[in-house]
Amino acid sequence: MTRITIGPFNRVEGDLEVRLDVERGRVVRAEVTAPLYRGFEQILEGRPPRDALVLAPRICGICSVSQSIAAATALREAIGCEAAPNGLLATNIAHAAENAADHLTHFYLFFMPDFAREAYSAHSWHGATAERFAATGGSAAREALPARARLLEVMGIIAGKWPHSLAFQPGGTTRAIELGERVRLMAIATGFRAFLERVVFADTLENVLAIASSQQLDGWREGRGGDFAHFLALAEELALAGLGKGPGLLMSYGAYHDGEGALFPRGIFGPRGAAEPLPLTQITEDVSHAWMRDCSADPAHSATIPDADKPQAYSWCKAPRLSGQPIEVGALARQAVAGHPLVTDLIAADGSNVRNRVIARLIETARIAVAMEQWIRALRLSDPFCLDTREIPDGNVVGLVEAARGSLGHWLAVHAGKIARYQIIAPTTWNFSPRDSFDVAGPLEQALVGTDVGDAGPRAVAIQHIVRSFDPCMVCTAH
Amino acid sequence: MSRSERMTNVLWLQGASCGGCTMSVLESGSSGWFDELRQFGINLLWHPSVSEETGEEARAVLEAVAEGKTPLDLLLLEGSVARGPNSTGRFNLLAGTDKSIYRWMLDLAPRADYVVAVGSCAAYGGVPAAGSNPTDAVGLQFEGSDLGGALGAAFRSRLGLPVINVAGCAPHPGWIMETLLALTCKDLAAADLDGYGRPKFIANHLAHHGCSRNEFYEFKASAETMSQRGCLMEHLGCKATQAVGDCNQRSWNGGGSCTKGGYACIACTSPGFEGSQNFLETAKLAGIPVGLPTDMPKAWFVALAALSKSATPRRVRANAISDHVVVPPGRSSGKRVP
Repeated sequence: MTRITIGPFNRVEGDLEVRLDVERGRVVRAEVTAPLYRGFEQILEGRPPRDALVLAPRICGICSVSQSIAAATALREAIGCEAAPNGLLATNIAHAAENAADHLTHFYLFFMPDFAREAYSAHSWHGATAERFAATGGSAAREALPARARLLEVMGIIAGKWPHSLAFQPGGTTRAIELGERVRLMAIATGFRAFLERVVFADTLENVLAIASSQQLDGWREGRGGDFAHFLALAEELALAGLGKGPGLLMSYGAYHDGEGALFPRGIFGPRGAAEPLPLTQITEDVSHAWMRDCSADPAHSATIPDADKPQAYSWCKAPRLSGQPIEVGALARQAVAGHPLVTDLIAADGSNVRNRVIARLIETARIAVAMEQWIRALRLSDPFCLDTREIPDGNVVGLVEAARGSLGHWLAVHAGKIARYQIIAPTTWNFSPRDSFDVAGPLEQALVGTDVGDAGPRAVAIQHIVRSFDPCMVCTAH
Repeated sequence: MSRSERMTNVLWLQGASCGGCTMSVLESGSSGWFDELRQFGINLLWHPSVSEETGEEARAVLEAVAEGKTPLDLLLLEGSVARGPNSTGRFNLLAGTDKSIYRWMLDLAPRADYVVAVGSCAAYGGVPAAGSNPTDAVGLQFEGSDLGGALGAAFRSRLGLPVINVAGCAPHPGWIMETLLALTCKDLAAADLDGYGRPKFIANHLAHHGCSRNEFYEFKASAETMSQRGCLMEHLGCKATQAVGDCNQRSWNGGGSCTKGGYACIACTSPGFEGSQNFLETAKLAGIPVGLPTDMPKAWFVALAALSKSATPRRVRANAISDHVVVPPGRSSGKRVP
């Protein structure tokens, strides 16, 4: 048996180390390390609760709006107030822009460049793929980066700037939108749709969203241009559906709330192939393999106290579990729980894997591009965007949201007007968790086992595909 | 090849970072950031978010620079330097190297013509240094507003400059790129930096300059709660009259800024900004904001404020406490009705 270490593992948000035990060319055991700890939960303790709106978003530069929404939602819960309906719509528009921008960043900058690697140079498709997707040099980034920047102009109108905005408050958003600005928002959304329809899908979003099964997807991509079809062809060539199998249980906290409910519902999706209610109180965090001192497993009662010398530990990441089980979160989970027919069909056929994670992310991008147009139209321009909010009373509350990469929760305790406790479980805390005290490995650790690395060892591209298919955000992971 | 004939080698690393500075700079360039870099002859040796090289390939790039085999023109760090626990830097090891970012920076910085701190974390410590500073986070050459930091007060890069601090959380993409390109063109000298290492072309301005709420400021017509249109200084914590940066002379994400977005400037370009509390409330002493413009006699400010408040037009007073314009500009009589 040989042990290989891969790090710095880049083109993820933040840094990552992966250690693999390999026997006869196959991974038999994986350990995943989050190598950065900053101590946000310690920094937040003792401060006025609203300071969380300044500090918590700064956990993450790629999903700062999600962090803002989790903090604002927790504070709203503590105050017991409502947000202005316009504020919820404006939040959804900004959140959709961030999440869609993140999905684009992942696809074009983080994930696809691995297919341009020299390791694939013997394949007939390599020339065209490298021309399109090579890291920093491919033609796709020349289109995708300006499209991303244009989409993020939504933030200039709603949120002042991105990343790190204070526009998302318990009572709504801080800037009322006027008619001219609504038209500008619509122009941005329309331009984004045009980019997706021309460059990503080579078809209308409505046609893409009508694809309801893997069989229809195969028919749809036949002879089609666009980067999605390009990926589907690679996925077939390289059998990506057989790579990186997840632990089987998927979770979503529900996303894009308005007065009526949520665009994507809350729930879990398991081997039975249907969404079920999420038992929120069954969420725990295990620190047996984290450089953290023991404390309560309940995020509503635990603390974060680092211990860099702890034996058996190998990550700054705690191990969250739902009813004792590791869980996979992300776009695939969201769309499965939301019952998207293509996604549930793909899962029924071959579960959660590299190909299906990427497909779900792009299908979701199309869905939120359409929803964004509807939310922009739904703004009632003469109504308020932010309601005034009262003092924050003592209590234990939680703010849950779906970031691009999956379920994000802030557990907050307020005592005597100060933050007594602030616990955060981020999407990649779930996906890239270390082992728990029963020695059950985290989702990525499980997904890596069985991978054929052949003679390539640490250079095996399959490992790169599997790790990046989760779209990890390591800066959120241990925070 | 001599230094002047080859491309400019840039190495970008991340320490105790949120990655937001990278997210910001990726908005730069009309045909994307990578094209913009190429157009200016910049060779990105390695960047954690965008380069192809991973694992041993990436280590080889870094080791070649550390050993002096690859010349290094610009070394950029995003994120603070976590020195803890006990000066080991173990809160932030560079994966696969068993070596802390703290140690990597000590090894690499002397090799670089210029060293640039991208963002307030790398410059001064920033948000990770807030509160109890659990990881002993500092900037490259400052610990808050004190000289020192990871590299020490005496550090000078190969071309004799201290660390150049592109402060901001996150900085405007233009701040990052203009600094980078000015250095690429050897167009930025020590005299072009202010006392906190910030390029003067940014730091010679105040965030207040060009604020779209200026009429409300002039009349001290203040917003009382979030989302109202009035000046944010008197009640809602705005520090734009004290914070450096041409924030309101630029457009953020196509037209925004913090104060345009409806919330206070929190002085994110200032060392130690993270140490404040109650960011969205103005600290006051006897009803007068503590943080008045630094170069104006307090008594004059108070007298002028009282005078301008008494002269405030009804339009300005009414709009200041509304989230929509309720009284449009125009003469009060003699209007033609269309």
